[in-house]
Amino acid sequence: MKKFLTFLLVMVSAVFLMTACSQKAEEKAAEAPAENTEAAAPAASTEPIKIGVAGAHSGDLASYGLPTVNAVKLYVDEVNKNGGIDGRMVELYIEDDVCKPEVATNTASKLVSEKVVAVVGHICSGATKAALGIYKDAGILVISPSATNPELTQSGEYPNFLRTIAPDDAQARLEVDFAINTLNIKKFAVLHDKGDYGKGLAEFAKSFLEATGNGVEVVLYEGVTPGAVDYSAVVQKIGRSGAEAVIFGGYHPEASKIVTQMRKKQINIPFISDDGVKDDTFIKVAGEFAEGVYATGPVDTSSNPINIKAVEDHKAAYQADPGAFFINGYAATMALLNAIDKADSTDYDAVSKALRTEYVETPLGNISFDEKGDAIGVGFSMYQVQNGAYVELK
Amino acid sequence: MDYFLQLFLSGLTKGSIYALIALGYTMVYGIIQLINFAHGEIYMIGAFTALIVASVLTILGFSGLSILILAGIAAVIYSSAYGYTMEKIAYRPLRNAPRLSPLISAIGMSIFLQNYVLLAQTSDFLPFPALIPEFEFLKPVSHIMSSAELVIILSSAVIMVLLTFFIKFTRMGKAMRATAQDKKMARLVGIDVDKVISLTFIVGSSLAALGGILIASHIGQINFYIGFIAGIKAFTAAVLGGIGSIPGAVLGALILGWTESFATGYVSSDYEDVFAFALLVLILIFRPAGILGKSSAQKV
Repeated sequence: MKKFLTFLLVMVSAVFLMTACSQKAEEKAAEAPAENTEAAAPAASTEPIKIGVAGAHSGDLASYGLPTVNAVKLYVDEVNKNGGIDGRMVELYIEDDVCKPEVATNTASKLVSEKVVAVVGHICSGATKAALGIYKDAGILVISPSATNPELTQSGEYPNFLRTIAPDDAQARLEVDFAINTLNIKKFAVLHDKGDYGKGLAEFAKSFLEATGNGVEVVLYEGVTPGAVDYSAVVQKIGRSGAEAVIFGGYHPEASKIVTQMRKKQINIPFISDDGVKDDTFIKVAGEFAEGVYATGPVDTSSNPINIKAVEDHKAAYQADPGAFFINGYAATMALLNAIDKADSTDYDAVSKALRTEYVETPLGNISFDEKGDAIGVGFSMYQVQNGAYVELK
Repeated sequence: MDYFLQLFLSGLTKGSIYALIALGYTMVYGIIQLINFAHGEIYMIGAFTALIVASVLTILGFSGLSILILAGIAAVIYSSAYGYTMEKIAYRPLRNAPRLSPLISAIGMSIFLQNYVLLAQTSDFLPFPALIPEFEFLKPVSHIMSSAELVIILSSAVIMVLLTFFIKFTRMGKAMRATAQDKKMARLVGIDVDKVISLTFIVGSSLAALGGILIASHIGQINFYIGFIAGIKAFTAAVLGGIGSIPGAVLGALILGWTESFATGYVSSDYEDVFAFALLVLILIFRPAGILGKSSAQKV
């Protein structure tokens, strides 16, 4: 009995502790912009602009979501310090969806009830899709820094959705266009590692190739077992198929094994892959055999002055390098606030139109959005291994 | 015809490596009826040791073949020490425990060794130097057979002949066979059973280490996880051939290698594992003890 009572006591205090914590967190989120309002807003009568930030802020995938929160905070702080947008302060509502679709619907409902104008987020494609319907009904714009599922924009179902990252099929598109137009290749072997990422890319590449016509054909389409001891049988098959190039969807460990064995068997056809292979480990492992391999990767923006400034601001504020999608989150916030500024209102139609017509300088370059909601000017470049390093091909 | 030969040889190469690892599984099982799941990790440790030694020797200015031999010897010694120690600390105290206990201990050992290498070395893939030199006389047929493949096939064959000789004709080999047949009886006629078991682990680990160094210099990369898949495949080969039987392990490994290679070559690599394991199930239906396994009545 005594044991049970102790247990109960512990449980009760734990519950209290938990509520206390979450209250604190909410207060904090609301506090930051409020302070700024008092400090730097002469026009206190104008209503603040409410922006939601949603994504994975805790759990396994928090490392994908938190950098965007930092990015939004950094940029919004700067805007508020400079007097806000048309004298109106920007206020943030930060909500966690743990990257789960079932939580994301709650997150979305909460932000809708807070009457936010737009949302920067969500982070994961699945969660984004689940939340989009709710935002659409409420007339709220959503800009994701990281949801790459092609359907989200291409289905046309969600006119309120935009993103500052290229969709998954953009890499496959670039690989295919490059191989056909630049390398003049007609016969392709398309391989993948059976994983979501690699197989997805390979399927896009295959369908783009088949839709091309003009004698372009896929002579071999296969999945290899990741981590297998040896790929020589598949390599022999590539040699026999008469393919003029290999397009591989997957990561560098398999790519380096396949390339190495191809070159050792005197199969010297171009090897074209994705940003899972555009990794220095690939060059380190494949060594001399990596020379000449093509891989797509995000356009290099590290020399962009806004990018450099954003990263430095982050280092000053958090004493660390920014994480994944930080730049995309920063660009999303810049594009959104710029559109609200240009539209001189927070009206859905006006902001939506401004996002699609006005170009804005962001860390990702000078961007705008197309009809479907994909960012123009954000995407991938083709890289090639030359003398032991990836070089961007212009 | 060329294509058939290519697939045949790549299957033979794969099978030879599986065989080197499968022998360790089958010998240990033959003697103490334990499936040593940490055996694949010994293969991985062999490859890592060879990499470290080879890097040092390269800096010291040694060349091609001498590096391969010295690194091979170092890998064998180091892996044997691991095999010996593993038996001592993880399996010997459990020798009289129910059969499931050492099995769990083996799985624990496997996870422990993987994480140990992960922490002590790195989680990245590391490039492994091509220690096997390119032979001039193979140049004209290099699209069919590389010198690495030739070396793997030949050295595996030599190792297996030596092993057979050791088990058939030496005193220690006789003691091993006696222990496998009946531990109590072997002890009664004066065989140091503990020593024999230790020796079995040492021999099995040496073979795995040799497999590790050969395949690593063939495919040119290693990481802490390579032992897992190689171990599973070799275990499958041992079961296919009849676990406990030494020729069975070799036969099972070759059949597995060829099945994978021909399935990839003539059907699709998507179905490589499907064919391999469908074959396993099929053989076990008709010969539950494996191809060369003897189904013996349980001693009571």
